[in-house]
Amino acid sequence: MEKMKAETVEAPKERNRWIYALYVLTLVMITLSGFAQMPIFKRYYIADLPGLGWLARYYVTHLIHYLSAAVLIGIVSYRITRYLVEDRHRLSLTPSGYLRGSLLLGLIFSGALLTIRTLRANPFPPETIVYLDLAHILFMVLFLFTLLFCALFKNKWTKSGF
Amino acid sequence: MPREITRRTFLKGGAAACALAAVGLNAKEASAEPAHLATLLDISKCIGCGACVEACRETNAHKFPEPKKPFPPMLPRRVKVEDWSEKREESERLTPYNWVYIQSAQVTYQGKDYNLTLPRRCMHCVNPPCVKLCPWGAAKQLPNGISRLDSDLCLGGAKCKEVCPWSIPQRQTGVGLYLDILPSVIGNGVMYKCDRCYDRVTQGKLPACIEVCPERVQEIGPREEILRKAHALAKEKKAFIYGEKENGGTNTIYVSPVPFEVLNRAIETGSGKPHLKKVPDAMKEGNRLALAMLLAPIAGIAGALGSVYKNAKKWRDGGKDESRNG
Repeated sequence: MEKMKAETVEAPKERNRWIYALYVLTLVMITLSGFAQMPIFKRYYIADLPGLGWLARYYVTHLIHYLSAAVLIGIVSYRITRYLVEDRHRLSLTPSGYLRGSLLLGLIFSGALLTIRTLRANPFPPETIVYLDLAHILFMVLFLFTLLFCALFKNKWTKSGF
Repeated sequence: MPREITRRTFLKGGAAACALAAVGLNAKEASAEPAHLATLLDISKCIGCGACVEACRETNAHKFPEPKKPFPPMLPRRVKVEDWSEKREESERLTPYNWVYIQSAQVTYQGKDYNLTLPRRCMHCVNPPCVKLCPWGAAKQLPNGISRLDSDLCLGGAKCKEVCPWSIPQRQTGVGLYLDILPSVIGNGVMYKCDRCYDRVTQGKLPACIEVCPERVQEIGPREEILRKAHALAKEKKAFIYGEKENGGTNTIYVSPVPFEVLNRAIETGSGKPHLKKVPDAMKEGNRLALAMLLAPIAGIAGALGSVYKNAKKWRDGGKDESRNG
């Protein structure tokens, strides 16, 4: 029985290995391009490193951030749908899984609203945009710290170790 | 016949925009008509007297930076202090103390000599990259289309200047919020630029540069009306328009008897001296991607449902095989 359960759990892990790799790559790109929205990489010589010059080009990092966000939203939508339709009965989220998921959704939601404000038909008054910016940064910092904590203490998303 | 833009129509537009600002709504939401106010500058009228420059400095003097000295040491060393406080009288370019200046050009076009002067300041783009890309929300666009930099929030990172197609905002070190955080390692002062006298406009007054102009070079009014008027003027005088399509559209419309390519070659450009080149919409690609982002969740959900269906089919076929074998 235990063996069967382990196999059931192992199967999605195997299937989703490439999605996990894409998720990690997307997180790296979205974090780098997100930090690059602040004028820090040029100031602190990071953009001087070979291959990292793009980090100092605001329009390039803006596009990369949006592209990474689109991929991340795609992956999260995929994962949530799979969880709700298929994996809900056999995989249960750990507290750190819930925390990461909530922070990730907060990041995506605040980011989506900030994306809307870059459109011509921006519906938000200037004061709201300040709070949205701060919320997005706060979600990002909390999410990164949580990821770091989970990596250090080997906390998994689900109780089955997936 | 285009409708004359009078002080009355301008004040009506301004009052409507103020009322909308007061209730915190974007004017575009509340009205089908765009509420942006635009200015029309007929540069054939400008005599380069500099009255607008002086009026701007006097009217906005209370907004100018009063930096604390000595400046905090900047880290790393490559971060340069930008100090205009000892050169407050500089009026030949844009500085934190000079938000409009007169650009001049001597050109010959179609065998005729022109000695043209034109006030240069922020173009107040319809979709301003300085506002949209500011990481803190320190750059703001008001419902009436005015973009302004909030000196209480700005950290002086100068991103707004880098993303501005005309590099309009100018920095003053030693002032602003960064002094209260980590002044040596974060920020470098505050960025300044024309705010089109947003406070005067809120009170129903004209921007100072428009009010004092003895030649009535500038007019202000709802963007649609200003554009209609600019096109009528251009048709009448066989003149050229700048600012209507630049960077996807701005709220500053110049009308010149000489093509702007010709003018651009004749004016002095450089730091604090903006060009008159054609400018593509800087936000266009990003906003296209933003719309494409709407497809991402659909793609994710479709992919997941496809996988679930595939798995279910595989499991069913496997089950059938097993029962057949059994």
